[in-house]
Amino acid sequence: MNQKTQPATAAPLVQAAQKKKYRITIQREIAVLVAMIVFNLLFTQHFWSLQTFNVNLTQVVTIVIVGIGMTLVVATGGIDLSVGASMAIAGSLAPMIFMNVAGPFGIALAFVLPVLAAALCGVFNGFLVTRLSVQPIVATLVLFIAGRGIAQVFTDGSLQAFDNPAFQWIALGRVAGVPAQVFLMLALVAVFAWIVRKTLFGQYLLVTGGNERAAYLSGIPTARVKMIAYTLCAGLAGLAGLISISVNSSSDANVIGLGSELDAIAAVAVGGTALTGGRAYIVGTLIGALIIQLLRYTLLAHGIPDAAALVVKAGIIIAAVYVQRRQR
Amino acid sequence: MNTPNSGTPLLEMQDIDISFGGVAALRHARLSVTAGEVHALIGQNGAGKSTLIKILTGAYRRTAGTIRFDGREADFRSPKEAREAGISTIYQEINLVPFRSIAENIFLGREPRRFGLIDWKTIHRRAQELLDSFGLQIDVSKPVREFSTAIQQMVALARAVSSEAKMVIMDESTSSLDEREVELLFSVVRRLRDDGRAVIFVSHRLDELYALCDRVTVMRDGQTVAESPMAALDKLQLVTTMLGRTLAAVVHEDSAVKEANLAKRGSTAISATNLGAGAKVTDVSLDVHSGEAVGLAGLLGSGRTETMRLMFGADPTERGSLSIDGKPVTLKSPQDAIARGIAYLTEDRKGEGIVPELSVRDNLTLVCLRTLTKRGVVDVAKQREIVDRFIESLGIKLRSADQPIRELSGGNQQKVLLARWLATNPGLLLLDEPTRGIDVGAKADVAKIIRELRDSGLAVLLSASELEELTAVADRAVVIRDGKTVAELDGARMSEASIMDAIAYGSGEESSLAEAVDAKEGQS
Repeated sequence: MNQKTQPATAAPLVQAAQKKKYRITIQREIAVLVAMIVFNLLFTQHFWSLQTFNVNLTQVVTIVIVGIGMTLVVATGGIDLSVGASMAIAGSLAPMIFMNVAGPFGIALAFVLPVLAAALCGVFNGFLVTRLSVQPIVATLVLFIAGRGIAQVFTDGSLQAFDNPAFQWIALGRVAGVPAQVFLMLALVAVFAWIVRKTLFGQYLLVTGGNERAAYLSGIPTARVKMIAYTLCAGLAGLAGLISISVNSSSDANVIGLGSELDAIAAVAVGGTALTGGRAYIVGTLIGALIIQLLRYTLLAHGIPDAAALVVKAGIIIAAVYVQRRQR
Repeated sequence: MNTPNSGTPLLEMQDIDISFGGVAALRHARLSVTAGEVHALIGQNGAGKSTLIKILTGAYRRTAGTIRFDGREADFRSPKEAREAGISTIYQEINLVPFRSIAENIFLGREPRRFGLIDWKTIHRRAQELLDSFGLQIDVSKPVREFSTAIQQMVALARAVSSEAKMVIMDESTSSLDEREVELLFSVVRRLRDDGRAVIFVSHRLDELYALCDRVTVMRDGQTVAESPMAALDKLQLVTTMLGRTLAAVVHEDSAVKEANLAKRGSTAISATNLGAGAKVTDVSLDVHSGEAVGLAGLLGSGRTETMRLMFGADPTERGSLSIDGKPVTLKSPQDAIARGIAYLTEDRKGEGIVPELSVRDNLTLVCLRTLTKRGVVDVAKQREIVDRFIESLGIKLRSADQPIRELSGGNQQKVLLARWLATNPGLLLLDEPTRGIDVGAKADVAKIIRELRDSGLAVLLSASELEELTAVADRAVVIRDGKTVAELDGARMSEASIMDAIAYGSGEESSLAEAVDAKEGQS
């Protein structure tokens, strides 16, 4: 009866398969992206050009920057529907500042103040979520509705057109032929991926989303962690709002960042971050946004109308979420 | 005792194989259960019990082997198919809808109808009848979440009973129940058996197996290593078969050792005076010295967990006071308590302990991580060093410190959580049910670790539903009943009998009951 056996080792080995799947998660997204690029290289004319490269990347910049913040909030187990409104608030404030305050000081102020104003929206969201224990989807619905209204009050509802190369450099400037905003986006992705992986805050973020009660009993300031996540998310959305108006050389509180909350959530989901919290793949969000954009580009380049592309986009999201569920 | 009838078994699983990622998890596993018997399925964590059950209920697909259920070849592709065929499973984590009423939960998915509408009258009447027959007087129209785990367990069982299941699988159903509730549950299980249904009973509590089960199947390392009538294996044989080695059981220190230990204990580490909050804790006074292990005894719901939470600052104290090292303190949050050197191991390992998706390394250093950072950046080298040290000193079995903690067995998860707190160099350990739901080998390990910690000068307060485990480790016991301290039993005066006596009668004085039990034990 007594064979030489080692109890207790069976369980960990059994689970080895799951671990492998988990690694594939990110790789699968990369594989999809690579496959799409290869497809386009073969079948889409003029795909291999700096211009195509720039067009596709600039299209995703604002989504990715908003998506980074969204990834943080989603990691805590929450969601932020108010990012579009935060973009509108920042985007409508900036022109009022640089058109009224001259010189470099005005430009600097036009960056700092709107981003702070947007961050304040995040503080408000965080307050509702942590102090009043409102469900994140409801809490952020408040500013989703009211935020754009506030932005319109700032501007009296009028469209502000401008031409300010110094301010707009953030969107239109180029470094080595590549738009500056692309570098900004990549830098933010790198910085936040590092924060999530290497810092105490990153660890606390994942723990808060992964098991909030355990986090509380471990002395982790879960309320502060969430507060920071919502504030960073809204602040990043503010920055995205500034890029958005710079690209368009105009600011319309009604239009800035319209629907961007859903684009950002889609990028997060396609990028492999579970909406249930406890995980944060910042790089995944970048890849997710690129997949969605490239799909749209591919369809457009092959003469399929944008309306149809939207349906395919929805399909991609379903596929991504389905794959995630399969892994659980 | 029912001897299984000689007819064909209700369930026959033969030569079951399954592997995950190329690693065999089950090899030629067998399980055969007859109608009208309670069948124990035991084995250490990771032996393959759960995997076998998941194959039976259709959650996993086997790679080889045959299953016959109720006279037919069975190949369930989902838990739903298994349920429809008459196999009802009650899991460790209860699958009830918390906000719906007890009655609704019992008839969920098969509500009696009248004219196409749900017949609430019948639902409530039948639910009430069912629970009355269990000896439970509760309002079935109240939401499930308002009731204790024990009652929820009964509700899950009632659901199985009312669904006319031919076979009920109970996976660790008793791990959160106290002795009285276990007895109640058993009477229901026996009734099921006498009705001619089969019950598969998975548990780590050996006494329960002997009290309840007719036959036993022992698994080890993915194989069935023994099938026998329960009475034919004594406890020691059972455990040896299960572990595949001779047992280093939880060794009882005799009372002389406990007395000696109490004599040389240090100063008071923490003392609670007339502590109270809400209805759960009314008046608890106790103190714990460094270098001693105090057992907090009491029935489930007596306020053990709540008392510990107050002492850890997890809930606000409303009445009474706490003092640490002789100085009065108010603990506003766990952070406060941690800063004062208090550690709290929760009884709810899954809900409040582990962060399932994170690695063992991240889980282990969760609390002490703050001290391992430089300007907010984690010093990974230092972190690894600490993790490696604890994995070795506590004997944690794992593949890699980077694997998600959810992949570990219960006993190893518990050791990681213990290490999480030890890494903070605490002066006081609050251990709520440290040996709950872990296998025998791990229990002995945890008991040994607790003793070593005590000997190194830590103050330890621990609770356990199983009095045998409590008296094995604790030097003295504090007994609480309905949120009130009712007795303190030191060294020689502490025994399972005297604790039960205090729980029952509310005083630590030796009474006739305790004497009677002691006398009986003396004879045997």
